[in-house]
Amino acid sequence: MTALLQLQGVHTHIGAYHILHGVDLEVPEGEVTMLLGRNGAGKSTTLRTIMGLWRASQGRIDFKGRPLQTLHTPEIAQAGIGYVPETMGIFSDLTVRENLLLAARQARRAEDIDTRRLEWTFGFFPALKKFWLFPAGKLSGGQKQMLAIARAIVEPRALLLIDEPSKGLAPSIVNNLIAALRELKAQSSTILLVEQNFQMAKALGDSVAVMDDGRVVHRGRMAELADDEGLQQRLLGLSLGVHQ
Amino acid sequence: MNALNRILSHDLPKSRWLAAALVLIVVALAFAPFLFPGAKALSVAAKMLVFIVLVASFDLLLGYTGIVSFAHTMFFGIGAYGIAIASTRLGEGWIAVAVGLAAALAISLVLSLVIGLFSLRVKAMFYAMITLAVAAAFQTLASQLSDFTGGEDGLSFRNPTLLSPSFEALAEPLLGLTVDGKVITYYLLFVAAVMLFLVMLRIVNSPFGRVLQAIRENDFRAEAIGFRSVVYRTLSNVLGALFATVAGALLALWLRYTGPDTTLSFEIMLDILLVVVIGGMGTLYGAVVGSVLFVLAQNYLQDLLKFAAGALEGVPVASALFTPDRWLLWLGVLFVLSVYHFPTGIVGRLRAGTSLSPSTPRRLP
Amino acid sequence: MNTTTMPAAAASAIPKARFDVKPLALLAALALLALPLIGSPSTWITLTVAGLAMGLIVFIIASGLTLVFGLMDVLNFGHGVFIATGAFVATSVMAGMAGWTMSPQLLPNLGAIFVAMLAAMLVAGAIGFAFERVIVRPVYGQHLKQILITMGGMIVGEEIIKVIWGPQQIPLPLPESLRGAFLFGDAAIEKYRVLAVVVGLVVFAVMLWVLGRTKVGLLVRAGVQDREMVESLGYRIERLFTGVFVVGSALAGLGGVLWGLYQQSVVPQIGAQVNILIFIVIIIGGLGSTLGCFVGALMVGLLANYAGFLAPKVALFSNIGLMVAVLLWRPQGLYPVTNR
Repeated sequence: MTALLQLQGVHTHIGAYHILHGVDLEVPEGEVTMLLGRNGAGKSTTLRTIMGLWRASQGRIDFKGRPLQTLHTPEIAQAGIGYVPETMGIFSDLTVRENLLLAARQARRAEDIDTRRLEWTFGFFPALKKFWLFPAGKLSGGQKQMLAIARAIVEPRALLLIDEPSKGLAPSIVNNLIAALRELKAQSSTILLVEQNFQMAKALGDSVAVMDDGRVVHRGRMAELADDEGLQQRLLGLSLGVHQ
Repeated sequence: MNALNRILSHDLPKSRWLAAALVLIVVALAFAPFLFPGAKALSVAAKMLVFIVLVASFDLLLGYTGIVSFAHTMFFGIGAYGIAIASTRLGEGWIAVAVGLAAALAISLVLSLVIGLFSLRVKAMFYAMITLAVAAAFQTLASQLSDFTGGEDGLSFRNPTLLSPSFEALAEPLLGLTVDGKVITYYLLFVAAVMLFLVMLRIVNSPFGRVLQAIRENDFRAEAIGFRSVVYRTLSNVLGALFATVAGALLALWLRYTGPDTTLSFEIMLDILLVVVIGGMGTLYGAVVGSVLFVLAQNYLQDLLKFAAGALEGVPVASALFTPDRWLLWLGVLFVLSVYHFPTGIVGRLRAGTSLSPSTPRRLP
Repeated sequence: MNTTTMPAAAASAIPKARFDVKPLALLAALALLALPLIGSPSTWITLTVAGLAMGLIVFIIASGLTLVFGLMDVLNFGHGVFIATGAFVATSVMAGMAGWTMSPQLLPNLGAIFVAMLAAMLVAGAIGFAFERVIVRPVYGQHLKQILITMGGMIVGEEIIKVIWGPQQIPLPLPESLRGAFLFGDAAIEKYRVLAVVVGLVVFAVMLWVLGRTKVGLLVRAGVQDREMVESLGYRIERLFTGVFVVGSALAGLGGVLWGLYQQSVVPQIGAQVNILIFIVIIIGGLGSTLGCFVGALMVGLLANYAGFLAPKVALFSNIGLMVAVLLWRPQGLYPVTNR
């Protein structure tokens, strides 16, 4: 299994703060890689660094063999990476339709969006079809999250970076989310998923990387981590079976 | 050395060149009536003194607190008009001066408080725009209330006897100089300017001043540590306004006249801005060096430009570019270049060149 | 296979979010309130048209500024330089087209004005391009330096205008057929003001169309809300910004022409004079909001004219008073742009 995305020795500074202290990470193609860790471990920062929103001060980021760390965010996105930030990044004054139109780079008008792809997206998130002309800001939290993910998939992307999609969502919606992401996985999408919700991680993850203090402290298969409660305790601070 | 340290509130020039320049300036200004005979020269020196205080008070806001306020000339004007109106209404004399100054300070205090509390909660952009509007309104007000302020023509008045030009303090000339009221007024300005400057130096080097700088560097962090930045910025705003008011009063005493053009015009605001940036933001000494250079240029550079224009006679556009009226163009260009390439101004350059002590690089807002 | 149409029909079951009409209502209220105060309906009509004309000219000038701020967080304190450039270019163009401006017929007159507007927009736009590249770009994100540098740019610009056109006032007379007024009973409506209103409404309509119905407009609206996300979706927003800046400068140039004709004369300080007015307007409207700018500009225009008639001494402070009143009601402006 080839690594679609590879980070080597990545450091990131934000102002005077040294956040990432040499991150080594591999994201195999066609799999879901979970990025786990405590609050403040540097998971979101890692995603942002990959996207070029924060510059890596040191190290390499390679995507399909191309170095990313010197590129600007728009170029990184154009290389085929879709990003769903923790804050979702929904344009609240724009309608659902307009949000998706923006995400569909190939389309000049809404009619140009690949209808099959759109229907497929609606299949995961029927609410979006219902609220098509509604301002995105008026959607519920769960619906916004769905829109954020829909934006990342409305056109095919080689890699998806998703940051804590289940945060603040009701369990039933989280299940929806898991189902949708499973479908995506079945369609051979490569996903790097940051999550605190260990159930979700177990359900979706193929490989896993655990971060602490700006470093990756464990890499391996999800199945192994799921079976080893002792390891879970050590790495993640508490028995995450308790966390739903 | 210790005494000097204390007087300067431990904020030394930190550069051989700068120290030399400052000494030169202080000596020249202290003995100006003796060294540079003639009414114009003395006038130029007096203007320098007033401008030093005015620009330093603005540096307190811009350089130390990171606030851009376009209402600074308003407070300058309030001080000048205070003296003028009091002297006109109450008859000239020290009582008028005292009342005028007190009233002006009170008004400035209230206004700066109100403006500060209302707008300092908002982003810097907002604040800058609002102060711009307020200053414009005030200028219009001063022109409109002509019964009170003399309108466009302004107010001429007389100084207390001691400060009147006709007053002869000494029967015999001292060292070749006739010591009249004008000279006394000059020394009043000199002493006041020096003391005000030293007080400002003390303020910016006090714990209060350090909090201001912390807020300037990182508002958010300062708040997190526990300093309510609104309070500090308002206080800084008030202090700056008060010092500017006194500067205005000094100007009025020197000119024995106040009008919308001498204090309230937007050009003066731009001049202050130009000087504080070119001189060096956040140094206070920049105000001294910058003001001196600026006033010199304003009065004597024009002659240089006239010469250049004459030399370029016949060359169509170039001649127009160098007419003495267009000196603001070159100042503007210098200003833009300063912001880009010399953000620390003249003082910063001097300090970086030959430091007497290791200088910490200043991060500018 | 699937021939699903866009789900427009489905959405009719869910109403679109209600449009916030309160500021528009306030605008109408302002106009209606003035009527009893002024007394005579004919005077009211004259003043209202004058107010709308002035307001629309201010809107044209301010619209670019508010978008530039909303999109890139850059406040151009030197926006006045484009206004002045436009106005002065117009003086040269109109003087050069004396054949058309002196003619008593409407068409040549309009033609001359149209050419002047076009020239002004081109020149102002070009200067805007240089301004953005040379002066603004190096200081993205540094607010303090932006204020200083753009002010510096305005100083230099004003001086250069004085070099080219001279420091004195230049008259900009209205062409023959646009002088005077239409008379509706007692109400006199100046012909030029009608033209200004028409041009203003056209600009507004075009702006709304571009912003609402094109992808570029969509990008601008999204960028105003969340620049980072737009970049993450793969768009080079820097290029967009230059474009918006140039358009904003061109619009300011257009506004300068109209303003100059409104005053019938042009001075180098014209930029600085209008600057304060447009700042007040964009603060009232909400930084980044086109609609807010529109409503705010109309309010300022109407108020200036009503107050100018009713209480001239107060008129100059009416704008500030309005700004304070609006900010007390909505501290972010009439139509705040929800940011990030």
